[in-house]
Amino acid sequence: MSTTRAASGAGARDQVARLLTLVPFLHHRDGVRLEEAASLLGTSSEQVLRDLKVLFMCGLPGGLPGDLIDVDLDAIETEEGSPVTEGVIRVENADYLARPLRLSATEASAVIVALRMLRDTSSGDTRTLVKQVLTKLENAAATAGAAHFDVTPSDRDAAQVVQADLTRVLNDAVAAGRQVRLAYFVPSRGEETERVVDPRGVVTHGVFAYLDAWCHGADAERLFRLDRIAKAEVLDSSITTTPRAPRDLSDGLFADADQPGSAVVTLHLAAEARWATEYYPMRDVRPQADGSAEVDLVVVDQRWLLRLLMRLAPHARVIAPQEFTESFTATAQETLSLYR
Amino acid sequence: MPAPKSERLLNLLIMLLVQRRPIAKDRIRELLYPDSRPDAFEKMFERDKDELRSLGVPVEVASIDPLFEDEIGYRIPPEAFALPDIELTSEEAAVVGIASRVWQHATMAQATTDAVRKLTAAGIDVDLDALEIAQPLLTADEPAFETCWVAVCERTAIEFDYKRPGADSALTRHVEPWGVVRYSGRWYVVGHDADRGAERVFRLSRVQGVVRTVGQPGAYDVPPDTDVREIARRLAPPSGTERAVLLVRHGTGHVFRRSADRIETGVLGPDHLSAWDRVELTRPAVGLVDDVLAQGSDVVLLEPAALRQRIIARLEQVAR
Repeated sequence: MSTTRAASGAGARDQVARLLTLVPFLHHRDGVRLEEAASLLGTSSEQVLRDLKVLFMCGLPGGLPGDLIDVDLDAIETEEGSPVTEGVIRVENADYLARPLRLSATEASAVIVALRMLRDTSSGDTRTLVKQVLTKLENAAATAGAAHFDVTPSDRDAAQVVQADLTRVLNDAVAAGRQVRLAYFVPSRGEETERVVDPRGVVTHGVFAYLDAWCHGADAERLFRLDRIAKAEVLDSSITTTPRAPRDLSDGLFADADQPGSAVVTLHLAAEARWATEYYPMRDVRPQADGSAEVDLVVVDQRWLLRLLMRLAPHARVIAPQEFTESFTATAQETLSLYR
Repeated sequence: MPAPKSERLLNLLIMLLVQRRPIAKDRIRELLYPDSRPDAFEKMFERDKDELRSLGVPVEVASIDPLFEDEIGYRIPPEAFALPDIELTSEEAAVVGIASRVWQHATMAQATTDAVRKLTAAGIDVDLDALEIAQPLLTADEPAFETCWVAVCERTAIEFDYKRPGADSALTRHVEPWGVVRYSGRWYVVGHDADRGAERVFRLSRVQGVVRTVGQPGAYDVPPDTDVREIARRLAPPSGTERAVLLVRHGTGHVFRRSADRIETGVLGPDHLSAWDRVELTRPAVGLVDDVLAQGSDVVLLEPAALRQRIIARLEQVAR
């Protein structure tokens, strides 16, 4: 019994909230149809009709005909009582509700903090535009206390915006069938390279996003991690390979262990190094009882494997093949000698 | 049959909104709760007022006649009730649309959507796809986040169990929250710590269990001119950036060169196999040791000394 009452209580509150938004919305626009109102309010036409029937019963105290709000129910309800979605809503005698309720403190702070975040991660004309909006909204919400919230974008936030921008540029190039010149940082070589590619699309795998493309430098398909693309310039030239959808990466990045020069390597990762399974494509992960794991990964570039082992040192060790243990130990010894 | 509750709430709102003067409780009862018994009316009226206030409707208590202060009534001042006039160009409105996609936290995203709806109701047409701007994403995974945010909005005191770094167990803290701040990718609550009698900063990820509100909203005032950002900067533990000095083999280590503050080429290096450059940079301490190690014998970390010791210790475990 008590739950029913609570539910109907929340329902009444929400209904009033919707009406306080709907009436001013209608006041500012002509010929709003029932379904448009429903879409604005994020609800159904049936619900808006029920809301309007409540509104129809409200008005100034006194109860004289001129005191009540008038809703043209005939235009939005069939004789059987179902909503006419195409029906135009007409409300009269409700001018005192012509303005929406002010923003609550939570609403105002949420929207203002979001705008500040947008301001601090944008530049140029966009930044100017966001600043103008902020000034206007901060004035309107002056009493709502958004001053007490502050966000400073981290390096990661900034990088994420750069990547979102890059994704858009690359996808536009894909749609237009244009080539792209990339400045790309190759971690295994520790250097930045430049190359022209035929882009196929941006795909994600694990925590990273990649551009799948035909690389004219390597004359092969390549995946480029977006956070390592320093610059992407859309060229006037059209792509010269057959357009193809980007690859499906759900089976991992280096699914083909048959590629020349590639090898399957088995590692033991101590608990401290387990995070690597989230960040690097693993063919198989076999968790052990002590929190460690045995993993298989396909290695195309041995320098890449060495860097991974060094990064995880001493929490990763090679189980097989043996030759990698030797080069790992040798690299560690050589590096250590530079500190002595 | 008594009127449905939503009808009663809306009628109450309209009555208090259109009257110039506060309306006495008796009059309200007569007009809107005609069939209720006195005690039932009191209960219902209290609940209805609270319900309206929870929607953000400012229901005020004021004396009806300035000359007779003990005769009080209720009203909703229209200027406090309604959204002030906001004029936005279509481009500016589109910016609001983009901002509504920033929050990746359900309640905050909903609050932003509700705000956009109100702006739309005020005659502003927000086109959600008009501008091509990449938006940042704001996440808040800390369970403590929402209660703290709302408590700041409502000025409600809170208490929670908090575990300081290095402490063995959590302590219950009692705080009047002044603000919520995010920097270096972390959320903090700033406020007056009632137990310490001083301003304090708490990292939300260190709050254990749930945050409980204590007492009524509006229970305290945030001191004027409080700059929550400045307090967080001053009191939060250092944000974890580290100034590092590296020796980098010529032509390698681009990952460090790209973000360097200063590069000095052709310095004396630890071996003569190649030329060496000295690279100075400021970056988050997290992962610095890992990143240096990944470069193998191409990069040697000189400073900070503590990190240099950690690198040596880690290498020794592999090299022996």
